[in-house]
Amino acid sequence: MERNLMKGNEALAEAAMRAGCKCFFGYPITPQTEISAYLAKKMQANGGVFLQAESEIAAINMVLGASATGTRCMTSSSSPGISLKSEGISYIAGSDLPCVIINVERGGPGLGGIQPSQSDYWQATKALGHGDFQLLVFAPASVQEMVDMVVKAFDKADEYRMPAMILADGLLGQMMEPVTFPEISVEQKPKPWACDGTKMKRKHNIINSLYLQPETLENSNISRYERYKKIKETETDAEIYLCDDAEIVVTAFGATARVAKSAVNTAREQGIKAGLFRPKTLWPFPVKEINEACKSAKNVLSVEMSMGQMIDDVKLALECRIPVSFFGRTGGVIPKPSEILEEIKKLGGAE
Amino acid sequence: MSVVFEKPHSLCDVNLHYCPGCTHGIIHRLVCEVIDEIGIEGNTVGICPVGCSVMAYDYFNCDMIEAAHGRAPATATGVKRARPDLMVFTYQGDGDLAAIGTAETVHAATRGENIVVIFINNTTYGMTGGQMAPTTLPGQVTQTTPFGRDPKVQGYPIRVCEMLSTLSGTALAQRVAVDSVPHINEAKKAIRKAFENERDEKGFSIVEVLSTCPTNWGLSPVEALERLRTDMIPYYPLGVFKDCDAKNPKEEK
Repeated sequence: MERNLMKGNEALAEAAMRAGCKCFFGYPITPQTEISAYLAKKMQANGGVFLQAESEIAAINMVLGASATGTRCMTSSSSPGISLKSEGISYIAGSDLPCVIINVERGGPGLGGIQPSQSDYWQATKALGHGDFQLLVFAPASVQEMVDMVVKAFDKADEYRMPAMILADGLLGQMMEPVTFPEISVEQKPKPWACDGTKMKRKHNIINSLYLQPETLENSNISRYERYKKIKETETDAEIYLCDDAEIVVTAFGATARVAKSAVNTAREQGIKAGLFRPKTLWPFPVKEINEACKSAKNVLSVEMSMGQMIDDVKLALECRIPVSFFGRTGGVIPKPSEILEEIKKLGGAE
Repeated sequence: MSVVFEKPHSLCDVNLHYCPGCTHGIIHRLVCEVIDEIGIEGNTVGICPVGCSVMAYDYFNCDMIEAAHGRAPATATGVKRARPDLMVFTYQGDGDLAAIGTAETVHAATRGENIVVIFINNTTYGMTGGQMAPTTLPGQVTQTTPFGRDPKVQGYPIRVCEMLSTLSGTALAQRVAVDSVPHINEAKKAIRKAFENERDEKGFSIVEVLSTCPTNWGLSPVEALERLRTDMIPYYPLGVFKDCDAKNPKEEK
């Protein structure tokens, strides 16, 4: 298969088109700009729509409209822009509509900075808007995974009729790596729920998230959570690296996991039994997989580009049976392998 | 025996939840008559607002989407861009369209989105119990202007059609009222023109309908219609503010 040297953001955009994305609505923000710029150039020739919206809010509501017609569609942004989209994301989830949302994270809170960060973990996995709902959240760690995961995100969003997010960061978005594009079958299943005109042949379809009767709303939420339960059982994914005999398991996702892997390799060279657990799905969090990875662990170290967010899920998944420490850099600072190695050694791996 | 009058097919056969004397029912009917007459029910997608007409998805027989507050023009844009073959209309109140959704309204118009916007102006937030709207008249008492709207404090009401008529993407900006039979007939013609514009791909069409809210105005239905004539029309003059083919402008550059 042909290998291309591409920026993460551009590779993701190309993969989205190949996955059948026919509409992109976005608003400019650093560091995701290349996604918009790439699609602005290519979308029309590919039979699709690129539209720059007047705001993040408008962009996500355009996604809602396009998705309601049964069309594969996407928006991308970075942290402050995702906050603005949260209203629309809640409506999309409440209306059981599929779509793909890209967050190329930057530092926060507020206007924050424009350098890589992972401080939207909580937002993506716990509270991307009001109400009882979840998104599928994929965490790529390479340009190749930016490609593979966006394809999967479109498929899974359609399968479960829910929004899916790619939680990347400025580092993955901006860096170049060789990628191959998988053969994609763009044949999509019919969407009988879509608002694409009754043609006077069926009852009208209604896409809606309003239920004024408490019991009706409760039932709607319960049925959504039944789908979530199935997703938790079947859709988790993680990389487990050198964990078989690991006494110290480092947990990290995305770009941070690459740095952590270097630290784990160096630790092994020095005779320290270290391993790496990298969740590829952040929601659902790979509970079974992390317990498997930590079966011989005496200590767990959560490394993140934040003040400590995924660590909560690590502790919950391990039910606090193993001590979990934290090391993080934030605000756009990327942790160094040497810093992580030092933390590994502090946890008693030095002897 | 010939049928001389019947319920439009595109209007669902259900009880509407609107208050006695409210003119939403008339406007729903006008929209549905036009949809029937042009023969587009099977190819139309309507977008509901948040506000009194939030449940209009149960009343229109075409496919319907419930938008977030103020976002209907953005949602309509998404539908229309994804499927230009569909006819798309929004049905929005004044708080939805001219306060929280101002940006979505203005930009859908300036892009010349090929959609129809039916805009209900009744100078109040009806659903939430009668607060000040962006269209509330100076001096008007509402729940949040208990001493009357004071332009020095709360500013002035927005004349939406006049504002949107300045934008090149707007094909039709017309204000009508539903207080009398001649006005209702005029309103229907305007709504028909808006849908024909969309069919003919002329650009963004908005029909502003001056409407009543007897409940929150604290007036009888008859008094409410009288207020529409004596208070609203002088501030919101009826008429056509723009009527052109925005996609093929002759004089505009």
